[in-house]
Amino acid sequence: MIALAAAMRMRVRPAGGPGLWLLMIVTIAATGLAAAPGQARVIHQERSLYSTIIVDQQGSVVCMQFSVRRDQRNQSCMDRRRPKQMLFPYTRMMMAALLLNPEPQRILMLGLGGGTLPMALDELLPDMRMDVIEIDPAVVRVARDHFAFAPSERVSVHAQDGRVFVKRAALKGERYDLVMLDAFNGEYIPEHLMTREFLEEVRALLSEDGVLVANTFSISTLYEYESATYASVFAPFFNMKPNDSGNRVILASTGPLPDAATLEARAEILGPRLRPFGIRMRELLPLLDSATDWAPDARILTDQYAPANLLQNH
Amino acid sequence: MTAIIYLLAFVAGFSIMSLELLGGRLLAPYFGSSIYVWGSIITVFMLSLSIGYLIGGRMSLYRPSLGRFALIFLGAAVCLYPLVYFSEDVMNWIFERIEDPRYGSLVASSILFIVPTVIMGMISPYSVRLLVVSTEHAGQIAGFLYFVSTLGSALGTLATSFYLVLWFEMQTILTALTGALLAASLIAAATAWRRATPASGALTAATRRTGAQS
Repeated sequence: MIALAAAMRMRVRPAGGPGLWLLMIVTIAATGLAAAPGQARVIHQERSLYSTIIVDQQGSVVCMQFSVRRDQRNQSCMDRRRPKQMLFPYTRMMMAALLLNPEPQRILMLGLGGGTLPMALDELLPDMRMDVIEIDPAVVRVARDHFAFAPSERVSVHAQDGRVFVKRAALKGERYDLVMLDAFNGEYIPEHLMTREFLEEVRALLSEDGVLVANTFSISTLYEYESATYASVFAPFFNMKPNDSGNRVILASTGPLPDAATLEARAEILGPRLRPFGIRMRELLPLLDSATDWAPDARILTDQYAPANLLQNH
Repeated sequence: MTAIIYLLAFVAGFSIMSLELLGGRLLAPYFGSSIYVWGSIITVFMLSLSIGYLIGGRMSLYRPSLGRFALIFLGAAVCLYPLVYFSEDVMNWIFERIEDPRYGSLVASSILFIVPTVIMGMISPYSVRLLVVSTEHAGQIAGFLYFVSTLGSALGTLATSFYLVLWFEMQTILTALTGALLAASLIAAATAWRRATPASGALTAATRRTGAQS
């Protein structure tokens, strides 16, 4: 199991460095699973309006990628033998949103991927209703066919641009207790989802003590700009940044952030419920850090100034 | 004079494509960055340019002059500048009325971009009229003009998407484009005026100016 996790991590971040390679080799050798993985087999490939979607399978693990380039990061992975398990650190980190608001009733998810998070929340929170916004209808199809994603009357999917949905929902006076933003695939950033105005619109959608959790970047110069932009709307926020990940997860609330004691108490209750998904509270809690580690005078991204893609390669 | 007209056609080509690229970014917060948003923008620009070519060619039949050429640039600048202040209000207004982002983006880009782009489209055929002296060279001149203005478009695309949006806010870039069109208009007007007042031109100008002041 550890070997699988390590192998997964390698596939997620090919630029992991020699340390990670060594770790993987050691763990694989130690558990005697070296022969198991084999070659990943492509089981589905299609060119959609927005990208090329590839589904490959290695053992019982199915992964979705958004490009033909082999070194591309996986968007979403699922172990068919244990479909509940969240294989990516960032999906597990996003579930920490429940520490800020344990029983969200209305949830908005921007970006579907394989549908891991909606399925988990559907099971965990029997009273919730969720809107999933995914720009690419083909991704919805693939998630349904290969990743056990099942829309229901409680989970409805809309194939449209996230920003447009958010603006429209705000206009209609809709409110959400939890907004989950997972729309960045690393290849091309939708720049209009990374501006102060967008975050203000999201904030207007959130109910009292509403929570925003966003999967974003921890690398490149973009980090400074993005952090300053989030801070301009949601300061302070938890900035979950594991050392070994190219992802970071931002956890923000319209209310004040809970103190350590409250977090501990909630983790105590949530811990057993999240266990079946592979989430360990003792891994998540230390990551809840609200310190400012970016240049406070970094330029804020706005609708007028949003060169996120250029900054990423800057 | 020939060189000046080519230079101005270059400025027009640059401005058109720079505006088109900014258009996509202007619309994204309201209508997304889906493929149909670009579809709307490109449709509107192509349609506007085609109408502009038609009007510009027609206009060149009636007493073509550098002075009128200057007026076209002035018109483009005047119709472009309001985008800096009113584009968000316009898009809000459309967003509240049209739910489908395909038609929303089509209507928005029509309202925002048709008028300035039609006017900028008039520049190419009008330039050809000003440049051509003999039918024999008409094709060559038209060819070189398209070369210069399309080169301007290529550069406008590159500069805007690689650098300008990285350095400046969109309002700043739009204001600069307006400034460039205004400068082009002034250059055309100044050239027209110098040609209209030969030899003693400077003296007449001085007298006129003092006359206007008193």
